[in-house]
Amino acid sequence: MIEVKDLYKSFDDRMVLKDINTVFKNGEVNLIIGQSGSGKTVLMKNIVGLLSPDKGEILYDGRDFCKLNKKEKIALRREMGMIFQSAALFDSMSVLDNVMFPLDMFSDKSYNDRKRRAMECLERVDLHAVENKFPGELSGGMQKRVAIARAISLEPKYLFCDEPNSGLDPKTSIIIDELISGITHEDNITTIVNTHDMNSVIGIGENITFIYKGCAEWKGSNKEILQAENKPLEEFIFASDILRHMKIAQDQESQQAAATN
Amino acid sequence: MLIGKAVAVPDRWRMFWKQYVTEMFQLGYNSIGIVLIISFFIGAVICLQIKLNIQSPWMPTMVTGYTTREIMLLEFSSSIMCLILAGKVGSNIASELGTMRITQQIDALDIMGVNSANYLILPKILGLMTIMPVLVTLSVFAGIIGAFATTLLGTTSVAELNEGFRYEFNQWFFWCGMIKAVVYAFIITTISAYKGYMVEGGSVEVGKASTSAVVTSSIFILFSDIFLTNMLT
Repeated sequence: MIEVKDLYKSFDDRMVLKDINTVFKNGEVNLIIGQSGSGKTVLMKNIVGLLSPDKGEILYDGRDFCKLNKKEKIALRREMGMIFQSAALFDSMSVLDNVMFPLDMFSDKSYNDRKRRAMECLERVDLHAVENKFPGELSGGMQKRVAIARAISLEPKYLFCDEPNSGLDPKTSIIIDELISGITHEDNITTIVNTHDMNSVIGIGENITFIYKGCAEWKGSNKEILQAENKPLEEFIFASDILRHMKIAQDQESQQAAATN
Repeated sequence: MLIGKAVAVPDRWRMFWKQYVTEMFQLGYNSIGIVLIISFFIGAVICLQIKLNIQSPWMPTMVTGYTTREIMLLEFSSSIMCLILAGKVGSNIASELGTMRITQQIDALDIMGVNSANYLILPKILGLMTIMPVLVTLSVFAGIIGAFATTLLGTTSVAELNEGFRYEFNQWFFWCGMIKAVVYAFIITTISAYKGYMVEGGSVEVGKASTSAVVTSSIFILFSDIFLTNMLT
């Protein structure tokens, strides 16, 4: 579980995050959603330690990341896996070397064992016979799957995904969402996904935090989000025509049901 | 601060050695061609210029070979060649690290708990510092071969050049070149790595960082050339 308490972050005079309080649950897919520029990426960067908050606490199962010493931070980082928006695979390495990299760096296992583990991770994301290819030879969806394989190779306790569906077609996006959701539940890890893709929100969002103008404006699940009475959230969700029509249809159905009763 | 972070005990020695060998190959081995070509022609041109424009009947015939050797050894191969390599190697390092920065590859290393500066920069520094003296030595030999090649034009003879090349050889001049090479390798890699590692923005900024890396390294090399020449000879 990751808890964010009273988090503030500003750049120069501009306050980007204000008094963020939220909990990301273990074994669930936790989403941070919001419009572009709302501060969700800054929040994610604070949580993973790429930025330091001005004020507040980030608790990883009770361990305050900001108060850990350098050695403890490095140890905690080894419990994290991250999937970047751009996949961030190492261009100069083959797919296999990319997935093996965290193992090569932190595992004392033999080469054969490390390779076996990397191949297992590639199979888990349904990638076969691409281990000798380079990232530049793969499609965007395949690159994301390699990034997932690399992120899970060390069996992390915390998985972070920064806009994992960015630049992918809807079908591939669903595949990536299902992979992330499956891994979260099977391995019982705390997953945080930063997204503005409403398909992901409806599909895998078990615990959602909506960020609006730097504040945690709304919290709930995908089952509650369409009925939420929050103006900024409604404007964000129903900017999508499909969801607006879905909402209208749902309202009409409930009105008809009420009239029949 | 960045150098302090880079010059630390590697997280994993096997990864460090792998990177070290790769960098020696990429930065050094891949530069051998350009070093040999430039040095060969510059050696030939220096020899021709001295023979045609400086040597006169009252000078000993070995002057052409002697002067060519000393220019190659003291200045061209050690300093000017490093200046040329600052362009090739410096832009390579800055653009590689800059691209890794803007595509979040460096962030990925940091989040894994890898000391990214140490993993990426230290092998480059040590790799080039190891291979640069080899490149300088090859440059001296290529320059001398270039000088011998001018005998085909008939302006000078092999015997004259041979006499000049062997005349009062001071071994310390060779070591001066080696010391300069190591210092310049350090300058090129640290400045270029800093420029690339600290990039913020997109491809335009990577281009600017690459240019800045070459210009700054070149200026530092020129300044330190004055101090090193004064100090060593």
